[in-house]
Amino acid sequence: MDSTGGDHSEGSSRIGDVPAQIEGVQKRIEKSLAGHAYSAAAQFAIRLSLEEAIMNGFRHGNRQDASKAVEVRWEICADSATFHVIDEGEGFDPDAVPDPTLDENLEIPSGRGLMLIRAYMSEAAYHGAGNHLEMTFRKSAKK
Amino acid sequence: MAQETSRILVTDLDGVLRVEFVDRDILDEASIRKIGAELVRRIEAVANPHVLICFRGVEHLSSAALGTLITVNSLTKKRGGQLRLSDIRPSILEVFTITKLDKLFHISDTAARALEGFGNKG
Repeated sequence: MDSTGGDHSEGSSRIGDVPAQIEGVQKRIEKSLAGHAYSAAAQFAIRLSLEEAIMNGFRHGNRQDASKAVEVRWEICADSATFHVIDEGEGFDPDAVPDPTLDENLEIPSGRGLMLIRAYMSEAAYHGAGNHLEMTFRKSAKK
Repeated sequence: MAQETSRILVTDLDGVLRVEFVDRDILDEASIRKIGAELVRRIEAVANPHVLICFRGVEHLSSAALGTLITVNSLTKKRGGQLRLSDIRPSILEVFTITKLDKLFHISDTAARALEGFGNKG
């Protein structure tokens, strides 16, 4: 569902079969971002972060069980865009994820999604058990 | 002769496997797995594989794609060869910089320069 107020847009989606449905959600959000004059660089940052967050929720949270949903909610304003990505998994400790940029971890093929989210979004925080990610992109931030 | 395999085009250029992507977005995990499997099969078919992956036209890629590149790089090195990347647009190059994978991969501005690099390695 998408709705547009005077100065902001909001929407939500519950995705079960994430690989098949993620593109449709990204398109809806992309359209809203364009409507609020987000730059190409901002749209790149948000799309990448959402891709990583939703796929993490599906792969690690829901363990690729399409009968479980990843819920995505967003509110997009002229200055900032906030996203909630909530999976049905048990959660995790984001501080326990190894730093993939350390020399000894560079050749490990996985574990970069979270660091990309933190790099590209202005704020990113996990709530509860760690299955609810809230992330915000602010135009004023140098990202 | 170019041959389309899943979502990539692979061309043999005098012993260098040149790989290009069919899609502008390298995000879909099933496609990424297919691309990885195809590259592994190609690399395992030759001794001392020299592989050039050209990113011309690619606009987005995910951490899953980075993971496949790391796997391909490790396999190529293990078999006595080398992987080089080229034609990466600035927005994607930033992803390599943020993740510090620009330290792991040989990255060239253009395919021509990457091919020169293989030549220098003999």
